[in-house]
Amino acid sequence: MQPHERISAAIRTANDAGRVGLVPFITAGYPDKDGFVETLKKVASAGDVVELGVPFSDPMADGVTIQRSSHAAIEAGVTLSWILGELKQTDGIDAPLVLMSYLNPLLAYGYKRLAEDCVKAGVCGFIVPDLPLEEGTELRAALNEQGLALIQLVTPATPDARMQALCDASRGFVYAVTIKGITGGAQALPADVTDYLDAVKAAAGDTPVCAGFGVRASEQVSSLGQHADGVIVGSALVEKLEAGEDPAEFLNGLRG
Amino acid sequence: MPTKRSVELSSAEQQALLKRLIDGELPDAQGRFGPFGGRYAPETLVPALQRLEDGIREHLKDDSFVAELNAELTQWVGRPTALTYARGLSQRWGASVWLKREDLAHTGAHKINNALGQALLAKRLGATRVIAETGAGQHGVATAAACARVGIPCIVYMGEVDVARQAPNVDRMYQLGAEVVPVTSGDRTLRAAIDEAFRDWVSDPEGSYYLLGSAVGPHPYPYLVRELQAIIGREARAQMHQLAGGLPDAVFACVGGGSNAIGLFHPFLGDKDTLLYGVEAGGRGTGLGENSATLATGTPGVLHGSYSILLHNDDGQIQETHSVSAGLDYPGVGPEHSLLQAIGRVSYVSATDAEALEALRECCAFEGILTAIESAHAFVGARRWAKDNPNKRVLIGLSGRGDKDMPTLSKVLPRDVFKNKAA
Repeated sequence: MQPHERISAAIRTANDAGRVGLVPFITAGYPDKDGFVETLKKVASAGDVVELGVPFSDPMADGVTIQRSSHAAIEAGVTLSWILGELKQTDGIDAPLVLMSYLNPLLAYGYKRLAEDCVKAGVCGFIVPDLPLEEGTELRAALNEQGLALIQLVTPATPDARMQALCDASRGFVYAVTIKGITGGAQALPADVTDYLDAVKAAAGDTPVCAGFGVRASEQVSSLGQHADGVIVGSALVEKLEAGEDPAEFLNGLRG
Repeated sequence: MPTKRSVELSSAEQQALLKRLIDGELPDAQGRFGPFGGRYAPETLVPALQRLEDGIREHLKDDSFVAELNAELTQWVGRPTALTYARGLSQRWGASVWLKREDLAHTGAHKINNALGQALLAKRLGATRVIAETGAGQHGVATAAACARVGIPCIVYMGEVDVARQAPNVDRMYQLGAEVVPVTSGDRTLRAAIDEAFRDWVSDPEGSYYLLGSAVGPHPYPYLVRELQAIIGREARAQMHQLAGGLPDAVFACVGGGSNAIGLFHPFLGDKDTLLYGVEAGGRGTGLGENSATLATGTPGVLHGSYSILLHNDDGQIQETHSVSAGLDYPGVGPEHSLLQAIGRVSYVSATDAEALEALRECCAFEGILTAIESAHAFVGARRWAKDNPNKRVLIGLSGRGDKDMPTLSKVLPRDVFKNKAA
């Protein structure tokens, strides 16, 4: 199985068992750099796919929680090289890993070397929030070479024609941003979110659709789960980790 | 260790790109200035940027828009701004020194050219609210004034470090009806203010208009800002012919993001006997974090929506910068400047904090003009060049006035009379 196929298969396995796929997000090396692998294992035990944030100095699509975790991780010395090095030495994580990174750290690392090192580290794909479809040709080619996914985001602001093009280009899953806004918002999800998710599902065809941004409670997970194949939980989980709570317990609670 | 990346262009490629720039073919359809530029924005903003691009195509060269903009530039901004013969500096430097006086434009800097043009565009595009970022506060003040004039509410993001060092401008923005939001994240200067403005825009991409103040950001901003600022260079070029007897041998402008510089330089690009110099902030030293001299020491990368030269470390993390001038304190630069450097059409040099402050005092004492600390950097470059190249005609872009710098100047400058010490 190609790395990108592992991602969609993990979501589908959850769906086949009658569950919505759960995709927890953590900032790598936060809140405790030394405890990274231990935290990751706990999170992976409760998630179907894990989204691992590579910290960046200027996270323009993220709210205060992920700004804070990114800043602290950079201060603690977390880099993309360090993350891949740690992952390479880690066994026993079944959930496929997806790296969420802004573009500049990836450019600095070099695309070809990045794709090769990701395969060695067991990473299956990427989410790059500041890389629109039109600018992604080069990175997509480098990732394709190694069978890695480049997951595209769609949003409620995306016009229909563009939605189809984004879904066609996306591998692993389609990331359906539920709100117009940044990560971690505390506002209620928009009333028309179900229509929107149904439209994304129709455009995505066989590729699973995962809904994210602003997901905090088990009721949201179950209601979004009616219209999406997976649900992404980021800022709310990072806040639990900051508070010293057990991430697996929180995630299992979200499944209701 | 990853090797430092750079962009290499052959001499034929350089010449072809310069010709395309002069012919108005850049940015291209992808928003590229050669290898630089592009549109690296969150997906939520892609449709909004496309609408802006379509709106620019529809309105910017449209007769009724041009007529409205020109009338406002004349009656409200006070254009054309003067070209002043700098008698005192000419004598001291052994050159014929001319100043393009953007400090005389309404609100005291070149920023108004862009703010007014974009505010009029925002109105035509049906925006209900304008968002802006500001560093020195000049763009914030200009945007607040333009929005008051045009009749759209406006919110300005400003790093809290800058709120403290540019206090007079914060008060001016409030008086002009803007809401000022101090930004406490990131480096708490211009860079963090831009991050925050983008975050706001992502929350309301349809109703809000992001009025970006420098020649940076995702396409079409670098193009739009250059087009609106090129009036500086067009006027200056005509005025040099009329008043100075011919084109300048060398032109100097300060460069942070680079909006006043691109506006001044662009109309001179085809004048092959006119040398162009951008002057960056050399801060207090050459080490990473000690200055904002992006083009002098940076490498290519992506920040704030475009591929350009940046100050960042080997891991791609953007570096904190330092400059005594808030307006130049930025780790990136507009993509067109990155191209102009790569093709060798513009040379980029730097001036330290101390040199800029001395130039500011010299201009005060011998020309009776208090320049902004930003603009003072251009004087440093011009003076250095004039000393090495005697009896030449030199044009300096005096991008703004220094009243807003009084809190900083009162702290760092003695009250004695500069003339007596330096004459």
